[in-house]
Amino acid sequence: MTRRVVVGAHYGSGSWLAQRLTALYMAVYSLVLAVVLLGGEPITYPAWQDMFAAGWMRVATLIFVVSLAWHAWVGARDILMDYVKPDGLRLGLEAATLLLLAVYLGWAAEILWR
Amino acid sequence: MSSAAAKKVRPKYLSLRALLFEIRQPVPAWVSILHRISGAMLVLPFAAWLLYLLDLSLASPESFARLASYLDLPLVKLGMLLFIWAYCHHLCAGIRFLLLDLNAGIALAPARRSAAAVLVASLLLTAFFGAKLW
Repeated sequence: MTRRVVVGAHYGSGSWLAQRLTALYMAVYSLVLAVVLLGGEPITYPAWQDMFAAGWMRVATLIFVVSLAWHAWVGARDILMDYVKPDGLRLGLEAATLLLLAVYLGWAAEILWR
Repeated sequence: MSSAAAKKVRPKYLSLRALLFEIRQPVPAWVSILHRISGAMLVLPFAAWLLYLLDLSLASPESFARLASYLDLPLVKLGMLLFIWAYCHHLCAGIRFLLLDLNAGIALAPARRSAAAVLVASLLLTAFFGAKLW
């Protein structure tokens, strides 16, 4: 019998909640962007450029990428914990995932604030 | 007495053949594993690809025009179609999981129905956005 006291470590409840809240944000952002892209006439460069010149759009998109990184980290870690049993390999793949997500964040910031 | 159950070879060892052709997964299991696979695909390569496309679309009027012709390549369109399916499946299955988290539709019958609905809806959405792409 185990006498595990569920305090302190939280056993992943924080990650679980973060993954769902970031999912909600990305879902709303995606639906709004899909409506904008498909709603009107074909997008021209000036209209597209204007849209991403607005400060709120840049911030909303950066929040999307931050949400993506956080959400993907929880998901990728779940996958790696389930399927990759050797500790060293798993640690290496987790580090590679974090590095990849960090690159995405930096790249997105660079694109948005050129 | 020789019933059918008694003749079965036990224990039964798992093989690739068994996993692929003999063990039939229920529909919710397919939705679940496809949610994982589509999620992994969205992290790599699709997030990187989409960032590259966003970069092209915003860098200059010339690169925006180049993006338009790039998106006309058949292989690129095929990749886009795969991305659209992965995104739509991940979104639809994700909404289902959020509802399951809220204890909505967790009985066996509605859970199987919603799983089938996710598979159908994501394919229909892929067809819709794919048609827009062409």
